[in-house]
Amino acid sequence: MPARPRLGTRLAYRLQRVLRPRPGWRRLSARVEASGPARTLFTGAERQVKEALFGCRMCGQCALPVTGYVCPMGCPKELRNGPCGGVGRDGSCEVYPHLRCVWVQAYERASGQGRVADLRLLHLPIDHRRWGESSWLNYWQGRDEGLWVPAVPGPAVTGDTGGMGPDRNHERVLGGS
Amino acid sequence: MSGLSDRLTSGGFAVTAEISPPRGAGTGTITETAGLLRDWVDAVNVTDNQGSNVRLASWAGSLAAMAAGLEPVMQMTCRDRNRIALQSDLLGASALGIRNVLAMTGDHPKFGDHPEAKPVFDLDSIQLLWTLRHMRDQGAALSGRKLDPPPECFLGAVENPFAPPEGFRADRLGKKVEAGAQFVQTQFVFDVAGFGQWMAQVRDLGLHERCYILAGVGAVRSRRGLDFMRDNVPGVTVPDDVYRRLTAVPADQTAAEGARLAAETIAQLTTMEGVAGVHLFMAGNERAVPGVLEEAGVGAVRDGR
Repeated sequence: MPARPRLGTRLAYRLQRVLRPRPGWRRLSARVEASGPARTLFTGAERQVKEALFGCRMCGQCALPVTGYVCPMGCPKELRNGPCGGVGRDGSCEVYPHLRCVWVQAYERASGQGRVADLRLLHLPIDHRRWGESSWLNYWQGRDEGLWVPAVPGPAVTGDTGGMGPDRNHERVLGGS
Repeated sequence: MSGLSDRLTSGGFAVTAEISPPRGAGTGTITETAGLLRDWVDAVNVTDNQGSNVRLASWAGSLAAMAAGLEPVMQMTCRDRNRIALQSDLLGASALGIRNVLAMTGDHPKFGDHPEAKPVFDLDSIQLLWTLRHMRDQGAALSGRKLDPPPECFLGAVENPFAPPEGFRADRLGKKVEAGAQFVQTQFVFDVAGFGQWMAQVRDLGLHERCYILAGVGAVRSRRGLDFMRDNVPGVTVPDDVYRRLTAVPADQTAAEGARLAAETIAQLTTMEGVAGVHLFMAGNERAVPGVLEEAGVGAVRDGR
């Protein structure tokens, strides 16, 4: 169900800069991954922290950096590309009317920090084999690349219902990791 | 070939409507409804277990509409099927001649007659659009495996201009267009001014040049229906002046006033830049369709639009 993040947006974006993949983090994550117990411990710690802060459900492919640090997997439809059409007038979730829609929260938090462009990114279908994995390890190891792609201007509509016309998004959209 | 696509690409004003397949293993009601709509609409949406209630499958309803001489728009939701089943359905639909597909996320099972069902939502509407376009244009499944022959489809989406976060609704349509949407049908437009504001944002993003926009219009038939729509249908907004107008007439004239309002709304929309057609929410009220379209100055299919 939709969760309200307990971490302020400014602090979250500051942490984002600190945690960006760099050689130190890459080395650390490689060492953690090399040992079974260390990996279990690390993943458990990540679960504790992110569950408390964001209501994280451990999908293993974290979208928080581009959703105003509101977890989209808390949406009852697990929508990673934006809100559904049933959001209440007051911004409530249609499935849990006493809770705020995660995307209404994401829009408020992202726009407050000038990050609305993040919400325009196109998110690929997720890999359901990764549930329960550490998304931090996946992130530092570069396995998360291609989870989302920039929206690029496409061709004007032609109404072509068939054919094999150019599909410029294809490689970036579906050819990711 | 899709007649809907032809109508839109030729610059004509398109009209679509909706058929809910029956709760039962027969297609009689579809044939009957198609007969009422055939001369008046370019294509008809066949809903996919609308409102999360079990109904005859949308692909089967689409075939029944085709057999009755009416082009279907097969609705596909992500609620009940994962990416394997959705891709398989597109192949089947295309093989059997269904040329228009509308991709949507779908209502949550909570609202239907099987609230205990497992919600699937393996893909969302945008990822489904991506997937379908990929299959058509790349001739391959999501797995990368070749599809021979690839499916043909004219890809549609839906959007609600009125739901929060309002500032993001045009952007969300932009994402759908990026993902492959060639036409979009909107939620019920009661609030023409509010719709106009959304259209202005859509034009600023240039989306009306990349995607045909069909505005949703319906005719209110009763006060109860109006109240239900205002209070219980997620994402529908009934402005106060519209509500007052429809409740100011005697109850037995609500339907006539509702039809008049629908015709006026359509007439206003025909002159709005970037609006390529209307999508009629008039299921169960098909007999009123000719009157509404004629009063709006849109006319029948054979007259050209």
